[in-house]
Formats: sequence, structure tokens, C-alpha cells
Amino acid sequence: MALPKAELVEFIFDMVAKAQGKKQLKAMDIQKAVLKAHPDQPKNDVKFAIKDLIDGSRCVYTYFGGSFIEIPHEEGAAKH
Amino acid sequence: MHKTPLLDQLESGPWPSFITDLKRVAGRKKAAADLLGVLERSYKDKITHWKHGGIVGVLGYGSGIIGRYIDIPDEFPGVEHFHTVRVNQPSGWFYTTAALRELCDIWDKHGSSILNVHGSTGDMIFLGTTTDQLEPCFAALTAKGWDLGGSGSAMRTPSCCVGQARCEWACYDTMDLCYQTTQNFQFEMHRPSFPYKFKVKCSGCPNDCVAAIARADMSVIGVWKDDIRIDQAAVKAYAGGEIKPAGGGTIYKKLDIKADVTDLCPTICMSYEGGKLSIDNKNCNHCMHCINMMPQALRIGTETGATLLLGSHAPILEGAQMSWVIVPFMAMEAPYDEFTELIGNIHEWWSENGKNRERTGELMLRLGMRAFFEGVGLPPVPQTIRTPRANPFFFWHAEDFEAEAAGRKYIK
Ligand code: HEM
Ligand code: HEM
Ligand code: SF4
Ligand code: SF4
Repeated sequence: MALPKAELVEFIFDMVAKAQGKKQLKAMDIQKAVLKAHPDQPKNDVKFAIKDLIDGSRCVYTYFGGSFIEIPHEEGAAKH
Repeated sequence: MHKTPLLDQLESGPWPSFITDLKRVAGRKKAAADLLGVLERSYKDKITHWKHGGIVGVLGYGSGIIGRYIDIPDEFPGVEHFHTVRVNQPSGWFYTTAALRELCDIWDKHGSSILNVHGSTGDMIFLGTTTDQLEPCFAALTAKGWDLGGSGSAMRTPSCCVGQARCEWACYDTMDLCYQTTQNFQFEMHRPSFPYKFKVKCSGCPNDCVAAIARADMSVIGVWKDDIRIDQAAVKAYAGGEIKPAGGGTIYKKLDIKADVTDLCPTICMSYEGGKLSIDNKNCNHCMHCINMMPQALRIGTETGATLLLGSHAPILEGAQMSWVIVPFMAMEAPYDEFTELIGNIHEWWSENGKNRERTGELMLRLGMRAFFEGVGLPPVPQTIRTPRANPFFFWHAEDFEAEAAGRKYIK
């Protein structure tokens, strides 16, 4: 069953939070995971749920040879 | 100021020197002074001290800011953070001087004052600022109607040649297509969601002034379908030397039509006999050579549009590739729905199947053209074939037989 918008946002946030420090997720990894759990979820919902998380500063885009979505953390490459 | 004996040598050449420019800026910007220092250091060490990536950006955007740091910040604190800001250029790079001053003022205030007009992406590149200046710089830019361009695993800022604004060879309005494509893909430009970068470059004719064929995933190259227009009197004038080659800009007095033009036609489809030029247009591959040589005598045809090619990229996962024809001809007319829809389908197929950092061209080779055409819903037409098949085996699918029985052929 497709999730209502607010629940989808939390579903994605949990996924990103659980992956933090273990695996960096790309937008497409998130979309594929959502569609696996909720096959009837429209793809556009996923796009806008990610936008919601980014615009609300709960998640940020990072770049490490590719663009990822992560929980905000200390400025990375400065220390790498 | 750091001592820079190696860099100083660069000022002794005959050309204007970027070192002289940087030294001038270094007087008022610590970042520029330390930039010279770290560059001198790299010339000595023969290795870069820059690293890039990380988390910096502006709120809501995953693109447009490239985090940049050095690995010896204690020695060069002025460039410890030296982030790049990509500013979306106007189509065809036309600015008023007022617009240029506006941009320079913003960058003087919020960054190093050093900029690059333009990066190979097409954007105007602001080089070097600190993390705390990113939001104020972005706010100043957007207040004046500017926006950031693309970076990371996203749609990159489309770019185009000057097209119909300056050039009579433009087979479609490159500047309009570039602008509309930029508008149509704002979401994809600012919010990276692809396996890797995706570039669109639009050239008005096969001279390909923005080098779309080598530098864009989607290369849009203007072309005509009908005949090259010939002004026989002007051809005669070239032959007789009344019209000078290159408009008088060479040592040659007159064009040798046979040696300089027809013999160099790559498909040998031209001839010049009895003072008359003829072209077998069916066999012309639109290389532009003859038109470039005799611009007053020859013109592109009137039934114009563009050829779409896909896949060029620099070496990352695989070696470099040039783009490959996927649509031999598309009439490029606003609002470009067919074009926009095709790009959307390509994004979807690539996002679904691509590995991390795999470009469209690499995916096309890995899965094959058959899978590509099926995936994006394009018909495979003869012009899209680059090499004849080498594999003697042909596999039939049950569906092919059923389709043939129903009067159709080869559906898989
Ligand atoms: C038990 C008997 C046979 C076996 C196991 C067998 C197996 C094979 C295999 C595996 C190939 C493919 C080779 C490749 O991939 O390059 C092949 C090709 C071929 N075989 Fe046989 N074969 C047998 C009998 C025959 C007989 C009796 C003939 C002819 C009278 C024949 C004619 C051919 C030909 C002409 C090819 C090449 C097909 C092509 O290149 O398209 N084979 N065979
Ligand atoms: C002096 C005798 C022959 C010579 C020198 C010869 C040589 C060759 C060569 C060089 C090839 C190409 C192999 C490749 O593609 O790498 C070939 C392929 C082939 N030969 Fe022969 N051959 C001879 C006799 C025969 C005979 C008697 C037959 C059948 C009765 C035969 C059937 C074939 C077939 C079916 C192929 C495969 C063609 C293809 O799949 O493209 N050959 N032969
Ligand atoms: S690519 Fe062709 S149309 Fe565009 S500026 Fe160059 S010559 Fe003119
Ligand atoms: S454009 Fe090129 S291929 Fe066509 S006629 Fe001229 S020289 Fe020949």
C-alpha cells in the first residue's frame, strides 16, 4: 500500500538515519527501496519527500565522487 | 606574500599572465595570496594539494557549490576552504556590461574575486570562498535574478553555441532550446538523483562550436534534410579570385575549387566541371567543409532541425567515448515536447539500470543498443548503426514467430 505523504517522509528519514555511517544512499537507492516496500508508491512522491527532507534541513546532499543523501554531519572533506 | 620564483617565470612570456592578475588581487585578498603560495608549492612538489567534495552547499540545493579544501591548511590558511560556486550562464554567454559588473561586485564581497569565464560546463565559475559566505553569496545572486548551475550526480547546466543570434548556419534556435531545457529540468539540476552527471549541449550546425559531440551525454547538433543551396555565380567568383579565400585572410589569391573543396569532400559527392558545381545531396554527410570554404556561395538547406546523439564522456569508469546517433533528425521547434520527453525517458532508463558513476554512454555499451532503444522507446533506424554486426548468431524469440504470424516482424 502506498504511504501517505507524511509517513513516506518519515519512512525515508528512518532509512537514511539507519544507513548513516554504514552506507551512503543515492536518491535512486532510496526510490528503489521505497518501491520494494510499497510497489504502488508513485515515483514522484519519493522525489518530493526527499525535497521535503532537504528543504527542512533534516537531510543534506553530500558529494563524495557522487551525490548522496545523508543526515547532516560535520563538514566531511575538510577532515578526510 | 609568498615567494614564488617558479610562478614568476610564467610572467616572462609574451602573453598576458594569470600570475600577474592573481598578484594584483593578492594585494587585497588573502585567499589569492595563499592561492599563489599553494600553486608554487604544487609546482615544486609536482602534485596537487587540492581535494574536493563533502557536504557544503546552500539550503535546498544539492548542486552548484563544489566543496574545495587543501591538504596543508596550516601553511596556507587563506585557502583552507576555497569552495567553487557555479553560476548558471545566460544562453550563448551574452551579458551586458552591467550584468558583469553586478556579478563581479557580488563576488568581490563574498569570495576571492577570482572567476573563470567560462568553465567547460558552461557556467560562470566563481573560484574560492569560505563556507560561511555561501548562503549570503547565493542570496545576493538570487536577489538579482541569477541562479546556481548543476554539479554532482545531476542534470548539468545546458549550454549552446550563439546560434541564430550571430550565425547564419544555425539550423534551429540553439539559445531557445538551451534556455527551455534549463527551465524544464530545474528539479533535476538542483537535486541530484542520477547515477552520475548528465550534460546537454546544443550546437546549431555540424561545425559543433560547443563540441557537443565530445562533451555532452545528449549532443544536439543542427542539420538539414534537403539540399545545400548553391549560388553558381559566387562559386565562379571564388574560382576566379573575385571573392578571396577566407575573406582575404590568407596568403592564397584564389580558391582551387577542385583541390580545396570537391576533392576534400569526405563522401566524394561533389564535382566541379565546366565551371559548374554539383552536389549529390543524397550522399552528403553534412560535414560543413564545402560551406566553410565558400560561405558566400553555399548555404545550408531550408528543411532544418537537429540530430540527437548520446553518450560522450571523459574517462571515469571506462575510456572516453564520443556520442552516438540515436535520432537522425528531429525538427527542433518550441515547445520541444518530443525532445523533453525523450530526455525524461533516458533519465528513467539510466537511473533504473545504471551503476554508481556510470554515464549513459557506458550503460548503452554495457547493455547494448537493443536494450537502449527498447528501454527509451525509440525505433532503431539505419543511421543509428555504428558498426555492422559481427556476431553471426541471431536469436529468435517465441514472440517473434507470433508477431510474424500476425503480420508484423521482429518485435524483440
Ligand atoms: C552432436 C553433434 C553436434 C554438436 C554437439 C554440435 C555443436 C555445435 C556447437 C556448440 C556449435 C557452436 C560453435 C560456436 O559457438 O562457435 C556448432 C556450430 C556449427 N555446427 Fe555443430 N554440432 C554437432 C553436429 C553438427 C553437424 C552434424 C553439422 C553439419 C553437418 C554441424 C554444423 C555446424 C555448423 C555449420 C556450425 C556453425 C554455425 C554458425 O557458425 O552459425 N554440426 N555446433
Ligand atoms: C581445404 C578445406 C577447407 C578450408 C581451408 C577451410 C577454411 C575455413 C576457414 C578459414 C573458415 C573460417 C573460420 C573462422 O571464421 O575463423 C571456415 C569456416 C567454415 N567452414 Fe571451412 N574450410 C575448408 C573446408 C570446409 C568444408 C569441406 C566444409 C563443409 C562441408 C566447411 C564448412 C565451413 C563452415 C560451415 C564454416 C563456418 C562459416 C561461418 O560460420 O561463418 N569447410 N573454413
Ligand atoms: S555550431 Fe554552427 S550554428 Fe553554432 S555558432 Fe558554430 S557554426 Fe554557427
Ligand atoms: S557538406 Fe561535406 S559531405 Fe556534404 S557536400 Fe559539402 S564537403 Fe561533401
